[in-house]
Amino acid sequence: MTAFLVIIVLALLAITFWQISKVYKLAKPSGDDGDIANDKDNQKQGKIMLIFTVFLYGLMFYSFYYLSKFYLPEASSAHGDSYDQLMFISIGVIMVVQIVTQILLHYFAYKYRGKKGNRALFYADNNTLEFIWTVIPVVVLAGLIIYGLVSWTQIMNPQQDEDTMVVEIYAYQFDWRARYAGQDNVLGKANVRFIEGINQLGVDETDEYGKDDVIVNELHLPVNKPVIFKFRSQDVLHSAYFPFFRSQMNVVPGMITEFGFTPTTTSKEIKNSEYMIEKVRHINELREERSNDLVAEGRSPLDDYEFEYYLLCNKICGVTHYNMQMKIVVEEEEDFNKWMKEQQTFGELLAQQ
Amino acid sequence: MSAEILTAQPDNQAEAHEHHHHEQSFIEKYIFSTDHKMIAKQYLITGLIMGFIGIAMSLLMRLQLAWPDQKFWIFEALLGKFGTDGVMDPGIYLALVTIHGTIMVFFVLTAGLSGTFSNLLIPLQIGARDMASGFLNMVSYWLFFLSSIIMISSLFVEAGPASAGWTVYPPLSALPQAIGGSGMGMTLWLVSMTIFIASSLLGSLNYIVTVVNLRTQGMSMTRLPLTVWAFFVTAIIGVVSFPVLLSAGLLLLMDRSFGTSFFLSDIYIQGEVLAHQGGSPVLYEHLFWFLGHPEVYIILLPALGITSEVIATNARKPIFGYRAMVASILAIAFLSTVVWGHHMFVSGMNPFLGSVFTFTTLLIAIPSAVKAFNYITTLWKGNLQFNPAMLFSIGLVSTFITGGLTGIILGDSTLDINVHDTYFVVAHFHLVMGISALYGLLAGIYHWFPKMFGRMMNKNLGYIHFWVTAVGAYGVFFPMHFIGMAGLPRRYYTNTNFPYFDDLTDTNVLISVFAFVTATAQLVFIYNFISSIFYGKRAPQNPWQATTLEWTAPVEHIHGNWYGELPKVYRWSYDYSKLNADESDYIIPGQDFIPQNIPLQEGEEELNH
Repeated sequence: MTAFLVIIVLALLAITFWQISKVYKLAKPSGDDGDIANDKDNQKQGKIMLIFTVFLYGLMFYSFYYLSKFYLPEASSAHGDSYDQLMFISIGVIMVVQIVTQILLHYFAYKYRGKKGNRALFYADNNTLEFIWTVIPVVVLAGLIIYGLVSWTQIMNPQQDEDTMVVEIYAYQFDWRARYAGQDNVLGKANVRFIEGINQLGVDETDEYGKDDVIVNELHLPVNKPVIFKFRSQDVLHSAYFPFFRSQMNVVPGMITEFGFTPTTTSKEIKNSEYMIEKVRHINELREERSNDLVAEGRSPLDDYEFEYYLLCNKICGVTHYNMQMKIVVEEEEDFNKWMKEQQTFGELLAQQ
Repeated sequence: MSAEILTAQPDNQAEAHEHHHHEQSFIEKYIFSTDHKMIAKQYLITGLIMGFIGIAMSLLMRLQLAWPDQKFWIFEALLGKFGTDGVMDPGIYLALVTIHGTIMVFFVLTAGLSGTFSNLLIPLQIGARDMASGFLNMVSYWLFFLSSIIMISSLFVEAGPASAGWTVYPPLSALPQAIGGSGMGMTLWLVSMTIFIASSLLGSLNYIVTVVNLRTQGMSMTRLPLTVWAFFVTAIIGVVSFPVLLSAGLLLLMDRSFGTSFFLSDIYIQGEVLAHQGGSPVLYEHLFWFLGHPEVYIILLPALGITSEVIATNARKPIFGYRAMVASILAIAFLSTVVWGHHMFVSGMNPFLGSVFTFTTLLIAIPSAVKAFNYITTLWKGNLQFNPAMLFSIGLVSTFITGGLTGIILGDSTLDINVHDTYFVVAHFHLVMGISALYGLLAGIYHWFPKMFGRMMNKNLGYIHFWVTAVGAYGVFFPMHFIGMAGLPRRYYTNTNFPYFDDLTDTNVLISVFAFVTATAQLVFIYNFISSIFYGKRAPQNPWQATTLEWTAPVEHIHGNWYGELPKVYRWSYDYSKLNADESDYIIPGQDFIPQNIPLQEGEEELNH
């Protein structure tokens, strides 16, 4: 793959320099046509148009063949399946349109390249045609809109019952915290004005609901249990992006935003999925290569990579925006409960003080 | 009114109209000129210089993204203390992101594109002596110039220029504690944009008044070239939406400087709670995108207008579906003001609102699709003349389709959830508005260069310029969709903190190499542009054998555009290859085009207007 890339790069560079070296020659006046395209130009440019079409389709093919593996693994959340399906259908539709229209555009450009004496067709209007290509997009888009809106409504209005776990995701420059609602499943009141000492999230110390809240810097979620996230920011806009769960919501200072989903794949399962084993193997190969280079330069090598779910910031939030992440662990409910027992509640934290 | 003055004979009325006929001083002619043709050139050259800076910034970013752990002396050379030892500072990366976006969107593709060609073509194509107000036109340019200077000077501020992204969302943009660039740099950004908006409004009002009032005899709205339609509607969108950005900017300025709380609430930063209470950044987002989305069409419509003209001329065919094209422009303009929420699906606004914006957004795909199909049909059975402008126009249609189609994914609120703010978005908008509009700008330059400078640009250099750019632009932005689908966020200084993205490195290198190749091709263009101004071949009056009125004006630039009387118009602007009644020859034997100022010939039926 790398070798292939290097070849492409070198070839491109070579073509560029070769072409640019011709600049001086070409910059000279070219015959008596006054720099207006003549038959020779039309012939030549029409043919280059055809070559370009081959390049364009080659690039599209290359991208889909080699780069589509970058697409995220199967969604790890309940609603993610319908997301992926809608994405798949939409990409299918737009690629059909793309392939057909680009062929027509470039082929017509080639086929009807000008020639002296040729006569263009005076063809200014056709209501039937206009009607057809207004109606086709209308029908296709109506389908996509309806499908999209049904999914959107379902995703954004998740069913909530007493079984739904409430978790606050708290963002600040440049890290995340998670606050679980605890036994009562109700979050204690909070405001930045309560921030003091060890009370870093500004939880209201007098609010009884807050006493059993649990604040952690690693998000654990029980599998197959619906969870509703309440997002709160301490300073600027952030965006909580959970790519593997097909979920994202901005974190806005001054208001609470929400997003709910049900994780369906444990961390262990995804690590052992075919997709992830292959991906991690490849990444570690690359990292090893890189490490060898680094060691040769006298720097320390890279660690081996092991996949973990993560949450990252996806709204420009300051200098270290590029490294604002939190690990997510999805596990069986009993493991989750065990982990939760080990954590300190907010009340215990205050009592320590 | 000005017509009467300028058609007067210079000899016997020289004294009475001395003001109009005396030799202009250098300053009057080249600097504080009120002549629309000169102002167009001023806009173009300022826009190109800004474009050079903006593109150079993108190359620095590409260098950083492809080889994040390498040192480059160029960083130190260009960024000074922000590139010490050849390592780019993460803060200055965000500043580059911000200023690159601002410059390209506003200074190059709004002022440079619309400012240049609206000024040049509106009076010439509608048959007017000049803009409705030459003075306001001059003020408009100099305000633009001033705002450019302020924007550039913000690059030299101690703590760095504005760094909150081109959308400058508060609180990040409001609080110097949050990022260094939100201090003096951000103040200058706001001042610069305020002046820019004033410039844009003066320009737009002038364009609207000119098109409405100064059309020559016979130039009904349905005979206008599509270029003028596009500029006209663009100006209307600008007048509707730019003031809203101004209000957002002013409120932000007050939050920053006078302690108000329009956009700020509940903020704890650098160990202290701020007094601001009750504002909402989401309000800012609404105000910003109320301009921000129409802005996309402010950029794109002029490019499409130029393309319509260039494709019809070089295909030697009427543009297919003139009325549908006008209707699409109007539909796009209207819809563009009711779709802004699609930038905010995950902003925390009510999901129901998201549904409404999904609906309106996908509607806008319909007129866009009609336009694309009409361009393709215009090529069909044409006699295509591959001048460089024509190639760029075809390129525009191609990138407009490719980039527009992915809009169907981003405009769908559901799908937006997981690709929002990833490189998928970057790829989408660069193709559909960045590259497409730049192609429009370049097509316009190649096509109207003879009109502007009286000389021809070298076509062979134009061909090299086009093909390298076409290959490079697709090479940059097509693969970029895929790294976006991997969930790679935009505006990251480096991706090395997420080993998950390690396998995207090769693709990032590939993208960067394409970017450098594409940028190199622009040097060919700059060389061609400058050398052709001085050494290009003398242009004939109507080099592309076009029908529109600007080609009936003399090559040399004169105050008032036409000697003697203004041309009268008898037909629409797309009478290419129209045949006579028995289809034995063209209407004018041996000539496949009929300029708009030629009366209907005997037995000729007036069609399509």
